Amino acid sequence: MGGGTSSYREIEETDLIILWGSNARDTHPIFFHHVLKGVHNGAKLYVVDPRRTASAQWADTWLGLDVGSDISLANAMAREIIVSGLANRQFIEHSTSGFGGYRACVEAYTLERAERETGVPAAVIRETAHSYATAKHAQICWTLGITEHHNAVDNVLALLNLALLTGHVGRYASGLNPLRGQNNVQGGGDMGAIPDRLPGFQHVENDELRAKFEKAWGVKIPPKRGMNLSAMFDAMERGDLTALYVLGENPADSEADRHRALKLLNGLDFLLVQDLFLTKTAELADVVLPAAAGWCESEGTVTNSERRVQRVRRAIDPPPGVRDDTEILYDLARRLGSDWGTPVSENIWNEVRSLSPMHGGMSYQRLEELDGIQWPCYDESHPGEMYLHSRLWAEPLVGPRAPFSVVEFEPPVDSLDEQFPLRLTTGRRLDSYNTGVQTGRYSSPLRRSESLDLSPEDGARYGVVEGERVRIRSRRGSVVAPVHYDTSLRPGLAFMTMHFPDEVATNDLTIDAVDPKSGTSEFKATAIRIEKHQEN
Amino acid sequence: MSDPTNAAAPNPLIPIPRGPVPLAPPAAARCQIEITIDGRKLSVPEGTTLLEAARSIAIDTPTLCYLENLTPVNVCRVCVVELEGSRTLVPACSRKAEPGMSIQTDSERVRLSRKLVLEFLASSVDTSTAPALRSYMERYDAHPERFGASAATVAQPVKIDNELYVRDYGKCILCYKCVEACGEDAQNTFAIAVAGRGFAAGISTEFEIPLPESACVYCGNCIGVCPTGALMFKSEFDMRQAGSWDESRQTQTDTICPYCGVGCTLTVHQQDNQIVRVTSPLDQQVTDGHLCIKGRFGWQFVQITAPAGPPPASTPKDAA
Repeated sequence: MGGGTSSYREIEETDLIILWGSNARDTHPIFFHHVLKGVHNGAKLYVVDPRRTASAQWADTWLGLDVGSDISLANAMAREIIVSGLANRQFIEHSTSGFGGYRACVEAYTLERAERETGVPAAVIRETAHSYATAKHAQICWTLGITEHHNAVDNVLALLNLALLTGHVGRYASGLNPLRGQNNVQGGGDMGAIPDRLPGFQHVENDELRAKFEKAWGVKIPPKRGMNLSAMFDAMERGDLTALYVLGENPADSEADRHRALKLLNGLDFLLVQDLFLTKTAELADVVLPAAAGWCESEGTVTNSERRVQRVRRAIDPPPGVRDDTEILYDLARRLGSDWGTPVSENIWNEVRSLSPMHGGMSYQRLEELDGIQWPCYDESHPGEMYLHSRLWAEPLVGPRAPFSVVEFEPPVDSLDEQFPLRLTTGRRLDSYNTGVQTGRYSSPLRRSESLDLSPEDGARYGVVEGERVRIRSRRGSVVAPVHYDTSLRPGLAFMTMHFPDEVATNDLTIDAVDPKSGTSEFKATAIRIEKHQEN
Repeated sequence: MSDPTNAAAPNPLIPIPRGPVPLAPPAAARCQIEITIDGRKLSVPEGTTLLEAARSIAIDTPTLCYLENLTPVNVCRVCVVELEGSRTLVPACSRKAEPGMSIQTDSERVRLSRKLVLEFLASSVDTSTAPALRSYMERYDAHPERFGASAATVAQPVKIDNELYVRDYGKCILCYKCVEACGEDAQNTFAIAVAGRGFAAGISTEFEIPLPESACVYCGNCIGVCPTGALMFKSEFDMRQAGSWDESRQTQTDTICPYCGVGCTLTVHQQDNQIVRVTSPLDQQVTDGHLCIKGRFGWQFVQITAPAGPPPASTPKDAA
């Protein structure tokens, strides 16, 4: 099961919080309220981020590492914890496997080496390692700064290793928490919208589990995992995938290396887009199905970053001619020869409950009464679980040992050189969201248009001034944007968003170097240079 | 230590067995305290405020500066109660129950004090959008007009300097709730504070600069806690100006914010199928009643016709 192990309330009651590759202050503002309560209650806050973000400004310690050097930092922390005798030997022995191989791997990551690879002073790495290992309770929370890399899964595993090494998982107020970037990205995965799982994280390649679904649905399910988004684009390139059904996603703007994505989308035999708006992707479609806004024009559930399944309710009616996603899907099924009846959200949910054990106890009535329930919740007498992996502390251990993973530092794919000397990283701003399809439609006093954010030192070095429009070139393309000086950036580091693709198509620059395990592109690390720009 | 390096890793095909149900550590035991309120004896846990104790036996105590999700600041004095043996009245919202306390919540002295507080406030402040305050005035027979037409007021022009908030400090009773919500109780942005002294005291940004130049991040949590409508969503303000704001035609529905993965509960207030305001329940465990700019204001994308101006009652939304 994949999900944040802890509850928000545990963040308030922990002793140490590491935000690693997360600017929660701007991107998860209400989660950061819980972090601040923790800080006011005396928790130490460490922020690991190349930028001195709004979150980092609240930190006791900011570790301003070089983009993509996270594994070097984590492994050096681990080595320091081991050689200082601060590893939780009891927990390692009782609950984990693979410690020997892990110890051998991190042995090479001395503080000096990590300082060289990350840019973080050795003494700071050492202090962070000691604080984390000796805290009574500690939380590591991360976001896309960890996962939008060519080695996304390895990055996550490096953080998991730290928790296994210190026993900071499976106990109240200690845990590991990926903060989800979208309101139902957790729920989407839980419902099986990932290549290898059926609803409830039940593996599609497990014959027994698959048979249960086949029996309930009266159909045969392909016995092998499907493709993730990046693999789909590769299949389009090979000509193996020729028709695409896109629901509520805007890959024509959001994919890394946008030129390639546009070419492949244009080369499809058939493109069907279901969305609220005529997005850039919808403009390329053969058929567009206008869909209702799920969060306020339909009934259902979403699942948040603390695994809480929450009710979504219809507050207003959708515009005429616009239909609920489930109505569209049911009609489509009917046209394809399968009559599912009329969609009723509670009935659909009860079907989920009947097939996914971890959702079994979550009736609509209980979700209402308990203000949402955290999975797993197996039956109607089960309260839901505020934190995961309590089994690792059970005597005797329940289930398999939690494995350490050997992961090595690999720098970003798009390397810096004399031609492309600046590291561009991307992210969100507080008042905007993704490609701006939704947030572009409200007026925000905070909003300013896209810019190339640079340190004032780099501004002077490259002879460009605040507001000057420059050409930004990567190995894949170029865009023009005004320069904005940002003192939260160190020399050598630049920042842009994806929020205004109509003004500046930032993804013309980014690289689609893909993590082989998750299919995520390395949005966080692009090599660029700045060129003087003459307006025509 | 043994080295289970070669122990088998979990097989992703096989579901992991259930562990024990995780529980929060038990709350520290609180001893019970016996007190008397309006002649009724009751027992409350140590740490309970007099306000909570009174509410637990259905005694409705008025409050203006108190809110469940904020730290009491004891400034409005409308919740005062009479404590036997105490020279002064005490604020119920922050005074904790002590063994043997005897409290009067509706004595002549309490009623007079509350009446005067309400009269002073209402003589100087526009209460037209403060329904709770007005209902207390009725309850305590407050007549601010007895101070005469020449009574000083805090009347001043409405501050409209951005598209999201309106600040009408002629309606401000200086309850500090907005300052608390902007500060350590929730948002921790500290964009506003009380400036000036005596009658000239008021809520202000630093050096009274316009909001867009201040540290404000437009979370709207100050509006969410304002008891008098001094702080108001621009959408609501415009509709009130146009005479189209009609709460009898509004419904409230709880749903979940469409943006990041935190999962904040949004209470969507709609009128004539248009969203006119978004709040969050104070007792909600994810939000504590507080939101960010996207959750609070980022809903325009579902309605192409802005709610400002004449009522869009029969205007269908554009299907764009």
